[in-house]
Amino acid sequence: MGDRLRPKPIENRQTLAKSPTGIRGLDEITGGGLPTGRPTLVAGSAGSGKTMLAIEFLVRGATQYDEPGVFMSFEESAAELTANVRSLGFDLDTLAAQKRIALDHVRIERSEIEEAGDYDLEGLFIRLGHAIDSIGAKRVVLDTVEALFAGLPNHAILRAELRRLFRWLKDRGMTAIITGEKGEGLSVTRYGIEEYVADCVIALDQRIERQISTRRLRVMKYRGTPHGMNEYPFLIGAQGISVLPITSLLLDHRVSADRVATGVARLDEMLGGRGVFRGSSTLVSGSAGTGKSSIAARFVEAACQRGERALLFAYEESAAQIVRNMSSINIKLAPWVKKGLLEIHSTRPTLQGLEQQLLMMHDTVRTFRPTVVAIDPISNLTLADNDVEVKPTLMRLIDFLKTEQITAVFTGLTGGGDAITPPEDSQLGVSSLMDTWLLLRNVDTGGERNRTIFVRKSRGMSHSNQVRELILSDQGIDLVDVYLGDGRVLTGSARVAHEDEERVAAQLRGEDHRRRLQRLASRRKAIEAQIAALQAAADEETDEVEFAIARGSLDQEGTRRNIHELARQRGAGPTPGPERK
Amino acid sequence: MNAANPTAPLQDAEGVPAFQLRLYVAGQTAKSIVALANLQRICETHLAGQYSIEVIDLTKTPQLAAGDQILAVPTLVRRLPEPIKKIIGDLSDEERVLVGLDVRPIGCAS
Repeated sequence: MGDRLRPKPIENRQTLAKSPTGIRGLDEITGGGLPTGRPTLVAGSAGSGKTMLAIEFLVRGATQYDEPGVFMSFEESAAELTANVRSLGFDLDTLAAQKRIALDHVRIERSEIEEAGDYDLEGLFIRLGHAIDSIGAKRVVLDTVEALFAGLPNHAILRAELRRLFRWLKDRGMTAIITGEKGEGLSVTRYGIEEYVADCVIALDQRIERQISTRRLRVMKYRGTPHGMNEYPFLIGAQGISVLPITSLLLDHRVSADRVATGVARLDEMLGGRGVFRGSSTLVSGSAGTGKSSIAARFVEAACQRGERALLFAYEESAAQIVRNMSSINIKLAPWVKKGLLEIHSTRPTLQGLEQQLLMMHDTVRTFRPTVVAIDPISNLTLADNDVEVKPTLMRLIDFLKTEQITAVFTGLTGGGDAITPPEDSQLGVSSLMDTWLLLRNVDTGGERNRTIFVRKSRGMSHSNQVRELILSDQGIDLVDVYLGDGRVLTGSARVAHEDEERVAAQLRGEDHRRRLQRLASRRKAIEAQIAALQAAADEETDEVEFAIARGSLDQEGTRRNIHELARQRGAGPTPGPERK
Repeated sequence: MNAANPTAPLQDAEGVPAFQLRLYVAGQTAKSIVALANLQRICETHLAGQYSIEVIDLTKTPQLAAGDQILAVPTLVRRLPEPIKKIIGDLSDEERVLVGLDVRPIGCAS
């Protein structure tokens, strides 16, 4: 139901016929390619990659789209050109022999030429026309036509003829690239030929910032069609040009409910019991020595153990060093590398600009097709560039990985690293791009450092809010509950010591209770004994009283009987005493 | 237009004309006709007997344009004596043509 609300991708609104360039990324930005049957101006400074772009356009056209092309060079000779692009895997000699590409080098030497009267450039038209006809070309490149301005003194004639040439190309239905040297100030080209090529203008640029050069591409103008407006970095790599567009201008990548285990069972438990989502991106940040790389390596190893392909970009250690170091915590990477499930790419990020680096990753990912990618660490990428650039480029990378449904782990080195100043905020720039953020911290107590881990955020799943202690041992990675008590979090030896104390205290308490109970019991006994004694005394007294009473009554009886006896013996009457009573 | 050299060239010691000239044109345009006429006049005036002219019509043989790096038409190419020189235009500026051909004009020689 969301589809109805979602804006249509650029491609679907296409109004002009477009010819795909086959150049990675460029067709996305232009919504399908260059305008068919029209000239496109590619302008840029020296070394910005104009010729490479143009030649790739021709080669891809000839090899992928069955559109032969003519390359008319005003600067390099055919042999130079062929040699230059051979490194990109373009074999111009073969393509020329197959009549899929025609090369013509137009050399113009000012010193050889004398102007004597009126002329036109019909010779150029004838040459171009001949080349087009000889192979049935659909594409044409003129590189760099402005070289003519240096060779021909009469610019008025030249301008008129160039205008006619572009018109002529259009009339012949040639999809053409005309390259031009970047001009001073605001002008696109040095001689202002953009005036004549009005349909599509692409500007290339090579900038050097902090000694690192980055190439950028921008579609300045594309008549009659929407296109990406931004500057996009591009790379001339081993497989030609790659332009790095924001792969999804719309956030519409597929999402997966699938979960991917992180390889650390108790970490999965913290993440709703099942690990992270497939295709999500996870940031593991922390200061030096908190165990980031280990978690990333474990993640990669776990993927290989599941039989998936994994890619590890390492910017701090060489591949061999990683393999050795990780084996110390029972993470065995070497077998997977041998099996071809794991690739480790180690480079120094300062070698290239951030964007070039990301492009290189793009290319590697596209070639290797992994399901899991770990980048260790992204903070080293940011070393080279300022933060303003980092976010958008990382966003592109993350979007790209998401689109490809690749689960990614990024580690991030944070500054500081003590628990007093929260170091995590140094990652705020990129953290918003991440789905899951694991924070590692060193906790410094009792004269030792210990590692803790917690889930700072994890989108779309219930996750633990608990701090765990991260333990790296020769058994691997494990998480244990930290000791929580007295409002403090204790880890490591402190945790162990505190646990001991606790145990002793409990023992003591138990002892105490027993003693109290015993004492109570004996007191009870004593009291009972006392009670018994008192009872005995009471009984005794009772006996005595009863005895006394009994003796008293016996005495009385005895007396009475004596009186009766006396009276009888005297024969007298009863004694008056008792009768008087 | 006559494609071959209309004037019989005088030959030097080895039997090769000192000035081998080639005129590239694109069809029978006004410029081509003017150019050839101008060329013949200049040669007759200043290089009589020492030149040959070959006219190449690129509309008929377009493949020849690349060999001499022809862009502009008409283009006059001095193939001999070396180095190769090119003069573009309809050759209406006689002085420039002579400079281009490296020929000292007759009349101011003395």
